[in-house]
Order: sequence, then C-alpha cells, then structure tokens
Amino acid sequence: MSTTTTPRSGRGTPAEPRAISSARTTATAARVLRQLRHDPRTIALMILIPCVMLLLLRYVFDGSPRTFDSIGASLLGIFPLITMFLVTSIATLRERTSGTLERLLAMPLGKADLIAGYALAFGAIAVVQSVLATGLAVWTLGLDVTGSAWLLLLVALLDALLGTALGLFVSAFASSEFQAVQFMPAVIFPQLLLCGLFTPRPDMHPVLEGISAVLPMSYAVDGMDEVLRHTGVTAGFLRDTSIVAACALVVLALGAATLRRRTA
Amino acid sequence: MMNNVSGVPGPLPRKPDGTAVHAVGLTVVRGSRHILGGLRFDVPHGRITGLLGPSGCGKSTLMRAIVGTQAKVTGTLDVLGRPAGHAGLRSRIGYVTQAPSVYDDLTVRQNLDYFAAVLDPGRSAADRRHQSVTHAVSDVDLTSHADTLAGNLSGGQRSRVSLAVALLGTPELLVLDEPTVGLDPVLRRDLWQLFHTIAADRGATLLISSHVMDEAERCHRLLLMREGGILADDTPDALRTRTGADTVEAAFLQLVDEAMAAGNQSRKETVR
Repeated sequence: MSTTTTPRSGRGTPAEPRAISSARTTATAARVLRQLRHDPRTIALMILIPCVMLLLLRYVFDGSPRTFDSIGASLLGIFPLITMFLVTSIATLRERTSGTLERLLAMPLGKADLIAGYALAFGAIAVVQSVLATGLAVWTLGLDVTGSAWLLLLVALLDALLGTALGLFVSAFASSEFQAVQFMPAVIFPQLLLCGLFTPRPDMHPVLEGISAVLPMSYAVDGMDEVLRHTGVTAGFLRDTSIVAACALVVLALGAATLRRRTA
Repeated sequence: MMNNVSGVPGPLPRKPDGTAVHAVGLTVVRGSRHILGGLRFDVPHGRITGLLGPSGCGKSTLMRAIVGTQAKVTGTLDVLGRPAGHAGLRSRIGYVTQAPSVYDDLTVRQNLDYFAAVLDPGRSAADRRHQSVTHAVSDVDLTSHADTLAGNLSGGQRSRVSLAVALLGTPELLVLDEPTVGLDPVLRRDLWQLFHTIAADRGATLLISSHVMDEAERCHRLLLMREGGILADDTPDALRTRTGADTVEAAFLQLVDEAMAAGNQSRKETVR
C-alpha cells in the first residue's frame, strides 16, 4: 500500500489521551452552556424559582422572622442541590439516549473531562443562581445572618456540586426521563425530611437521627446554620463543608464509573 | 478481554499487508445469544467495504466491536494494527451510528465545533479546527444550514450532521452504520461520490453498512452477513460471477438459499 508511512495531519497526535485535559474540559463546559443558551426558559426557571420561593417564604413567616432566618438560610443551600440534581440527571440521560455519549467515548475524550465539564458549566449556573438568591434574601428580604454572605455562597456552591454529582450518578440507573424525574423524590425527599429543615435532627427518633447523620444534605443545612449563628469560620463549618465536598467527590467518582466505553 | 492480548504494544501504524481490520474468531455474546459467532475476515486498507445483510444480522454489533464500544467481544480483532478499542485509535476512527448522534439544541456548526475541540483541543489548533469544520459542513452539503439548530433539521439532514462529525480531522478509518438511510436518490449518489473521493484522495478505509442491496454495487468489496455469520467476502463482480446472478441482491439470495439448504441437509444427516 502506498500510504503506509504517510504521516497524517489534522486528527491530533495518536498519542495516548491523558486522563484529563483542560482544553477538552472547558470545551465541554462551553458546549453545555451553549445548549442551555438555546433554552432560555430553562435558564429563567433555574434562576427565578429560588428567588420566588424565598419571597414566598418571607411572607409565609411574616409574623416570625426568626423562623424565616433559619429556614431561609437552609433553603439557600437546598435549592442549588435540587436544581442541579434535576438538570444534571436529565442532561446526562439525554447524552446517553441520544448516542452522543457513545460517540464522545469513542473519541479521545476522558471521562473526567466530560464530568468536570458538566460540573464546571452547572457550577457557573449555580453561582449565578446563588448570588441572586442570597443577595435577595440578605439585602431585600432581611434574612439575618451573623456570618458572612460569602460563606453562604460557598456552601451553596458545594451543594450545587453535590447535586450535580448525585444527578450524574442516578442518571445511570434511569432508562427514561420518567424514571429520571422519579429519582428526585427517591433521592432528594428523604434527605429533605431528615436534614433538620422541619425539625432539629436531635429531636428525631434515634434511628432517623442516625440515618440523617449519613445523608450529605444534613451537613449542607448544618453548614448554613453555622454561618447563620456564628461570625467567621467555625470548626463546625469546616467539618460540614468538608463532608459535603467529600461526598460530592465520592459520588462524582461513582458517576464516572457508570460511564462505560464499552456497552452491551 | 481477548482483544487486548492479541495486539502488539507500541507504535505500529498499519499492518504492512494493507489490512485495516483483521478479525479471527470474533465472537460477541449478549445474554446467552451469540450475536456474532466466530467471524474471520479482513477489511482491505484504502478501499470501500460494504457490510450487507438483513436487519438484525449483527452489522451494527460488528461495527461497534471495531470502533471499540461493544462489550463482551472475544477473539482477535485488530484495527489499524492495534487491538480494537485501543485508546490510541480513538482519534483515528470516524464512527457514525445508525441514529444520528448530535446535540439537537446546538446549531450544525456548534455541534461540529465541539466535536472538533474534542479531537484537536487547544487554542493553538483553533484555525485548523475552523478549517476542518467548514470542510466537513460543505462535504455533506449543509453549508446553507450551518447556523440552524440540529433539532430543526429534517431526518436526512440530521444524519448528515452526524456524518460530518465523523469526517472531522481526516480519520484513517470511517465506520458508517447505514449512512444513506432515509436520503433521497440525488443525495445518496452525492454521498457515495464523497465516499469514493475520501477513499481515493485521502487513502482512507471505509466500512459502510447497508441493507439496500443496490448500494453494494458501489463498493470495492463486500461482506455479506446473515444471522451473525459471514456468508461471503468478495468483490461484487466475483460474487455475481460465482453465483451466475445478475445483481448482488440475486447473488445474496442465492447464497442464503444455499446456506439454508446446506443447513437442512446437515440437520437431516444428524437425524439419520
């Protein structure tokens, strides 16, 4: 054959692809954001719903501003988790069912590139969402936090990352959009009930309290609570945020394991 | 996985004998069913090989095995001199699935921009990528639709976007699963011309599946498949001559009849 030794140009080098490439990660994040840009209604819903809910809550607890403080702060952590969970689980499910995931994994794209790309894109959205919700709560609705609003934002961002991780992970077990949305009540509701939002965790039945101690959302709410009650970074805050971050990383790794280059 | 065992590590760009794909005892199992049962074939380099057979005969599974996305593959399967699924092959193979796999909520150009960035990342490659994308869009005749959302295109146009992705960056092997299904005759003719240009000018190898037998006449070589096995591996001319049929379709039917008759014969003999 005549072309046996002709070097080829264009398709990059046939060298081994690295585990993670920052250019491929940012390209993936840009692509995810570009997809969202063609869907302005989703963006509007993601950004506005937390603000509207906080507004609603403020006047539901019109007579007891202390209750609004504690529930409002908790919700600032819970909203990004739920939104990112939903968006990621549907987005990755679509990636799986449309065949684009198979195509990408047949290309020199690392699994970590794909996951980090999604985390980056949705993390950016979460920043916008959290900045608006936190700003509205603290400056307009009179949410009274002792600590810094920046710390609230940090917790919110970690929660968004956790939501992205959980969504990515469960999407592997859903074969349709119907199943994917049903994972919301299955994965999120129990955590919502046990996280201490409705009643302090020590007041629960000991079994439930034990369960709540292993659910990551409990630490997201605890972290918000620390900022609400204390100035500066407390040991409790550090512990809670590290637990949330560690959970997010573990679940992201589990999610990466569900992306298979070879499927039956 | 067996196909890791057969390969020689280190750079081995292409088999010296001009074989792009080499399979011996290639088997794929799903559950207890054998999708592919011990196939042996070679796909010559720089030519168009047609993979033909009725739907459900294992064409797509064979293609996925070659691309490296199929699980439970055993036997020897070397692609461009490396075991199928080798990480170094991912940038050298262009693959088009049967259903168009593109992002419906991106425009044609945005789709291609992204896949080009995956293949050839980095800011320094931006010019090269832009060129590659423009080329691929015009190859599949979608220049006038470059800024249309893929979701708003017709079925045939979307499958051409999917094809354009596979053309990015001049792959050495193109694996195309029914690329012309649902396209009008003019477009089909144009695409086949494009395939021949790619094979002739770029020296690329094309493996194209179809269940439309008249497309077989346009291939240099044919693999006829039936029920997870290879019925014939020959040129269209040789197939017609061997069976005395006028068309590849007639040749295929005759081979199927012969295979079934042989099957019945051996069954009778075992009963006796």
